[in-house]
Amino acid sequence: MIPACRLADLPRGEAHRLDTDPPVSVFHTDEGELFAIDDTCTHQDASLADGWLEGCEVECPLHASKFDLRTGAVDSPPAKLAVRTHEVVVEEGVIQVRLSAAAPNPPPCVAARLAGGPG
Amino acid sequence: MVGASLAGLSAARSLRRQGFDGRLVVIGDELHRPYDRPPLSKEFLAGTLGEADLALETDDEDLRAQWLLGARATGLDRAERAVRLADGREVRADGIVIATGAVARTLPGSGSLAGVHTLRTLDDARALREELASGGRLVVIGGGFIGAEVASTAHALGLDVTIVEAAPTPLAGPIGAAMGGIVSTLHGDHGVRLLCGVGVKGLRGDERSGTRVSPDGARGRVDAVLLEDGRSISADIVVVGVGARPCVEWLEGSGVELDNGVKCGADGRTSLAGVVAVGDCANWYDPRAGAHRRVEHWTGARERPDAAVATLLAGGAVEPGVPRPPYFWSDQYGVKIQFAGYAAAADSVAIEAGTADDRDVLAVYRRAGVPVAVLGMNQPRLFTRWRKQLAAAGS
Repeated sequence: MIPACRLADLPRGEAHRLDTDPPVSVFHTDEGELFAIDDTCTHQDASLADGWLEGCEVECPLHASKFDLRTGAVDSPPAKLAVRTHEVVVEEGVIQVRLSAAAPNPPPCVAARLAGGPG
Repeated sequence: MVGASLAGLSAARSLRRQGFDGRLVVIGDELHRPYDRPPLSKEFLAGTLGEADLALETDDEDLRAQWLLGARATGLDRAERAVRLADGREVRADGIVIATGAVARTLPGSGSLAGVHTLRTLDDARALREELASGGRLVVIGGGFIGAEVASTAHALGLDVTIVEAAPTPLAGPIGAAMGGIVSTLHGDHGVRLLCGVGVKGLRGDERSGTRVSPDGARGRVDAVLLEDGRSISADIVVVGVGARPCVEWLEGSGVELDNGVKCGADGRTSLAGVVAVGDCANWYDPRAGAHRRVEHWTGARERPDAAVATLLAGGAVEPGVPRPPYFWSDQYGVKIQFAGYAAAADSVAIEAGTADDRDVLAVYRRAGVPVAVLGMNQPRLFTRWRKQLAAAGS
């Protein structure tokens, strides 16, 4: 489990990005639910925590791909690959994330950087 | 579905999602399955994305559609409700979605010179990419978004680039003169020459080959762009980026009312029952603007088919929602440029975060104090907050 932040410090409609590798974000929906998904859009290098949160869906801040926070599935292109979802629990007022063991789907530009080593 | 690009594909998906279970025919004049156009002037042109990356369909997607690709629509028969194709075939339908898009405008008389390009389709991008690979001097005619993106990509590929823009400031139409001036400083920052306020008189062909006519009718290869003030700029490659016009000639005389594209209501309906139009060819009534607006943005082609398909399936019985403000983006020299709303409606524009010197402005456009548009340069987080706020304010 990785501690994210205090629930009280994450208002509804906001997201909190964890400095993990790859980064993960916790979303607090307007309806009060918490979801954690990979933070990087699978289309291009953009932070979904900066995106447009609406219902159980987040729209990438750059190219408007939409992801379902519950499943990680793509609801709208240009992205084609899902983001991973991660388990979220709240313990003593602190949001905790259990990272998925699945392989992430980084966008081509990030995948190329990873393949090319550091830098 | 007449048109097999983003708007046509989005309409096909909407139809299936909204429960349409009947026969679906998608007609496309290009031979390619639906692909994403924005990367054509950026990552695809730069060689960092391949053709497979451009596909809009996912591997496991099955829309149960019949695809007629490489088939150009030449007419719409109102009585039969049928679409006529260039090869003589006819496709009858109960409902028709017009999504024929737009084509790049050209310069009169420039078509037959080798080395002169427009950029709209995958085939255009392949041809330009091949030419850019041999380097040299590129002149881009038009300082709009396509021109600026091609200049940025070509500069990164090592070409010597000059942009010629007829208006005093590039991008004044879409984002206003003040911000157009700031965004277009990116060219100078990177050593790309930007000539403004001067029109193009014509293109000059290569002297040596100019008298020879090749089998395809070409009059040799371009070697200079001639400006109206008498200057000439040497060029090995020319890209003409002077906008696009809607592909609606095929509808003339069909009974579908045309006015800067297909004239549509706020729900995509045309003047013919059972016919809707979406994407770059469609001039929708925009209740926010109180006027018809033909929007050539990716997001419009993606979002509006949902409403148009609902209209088609309900036979016009649905109340259209207020659409989000128009949104587009551009990437130039590594800077993410984003814009939402209506620049032309504004009477003031103020930089709310970042600075012009740092090329990271977040600018808000207002009319009588009310925000009507927002521009961001490398400000995705703040920009999205403003964009969301604009949408909430108008709905």
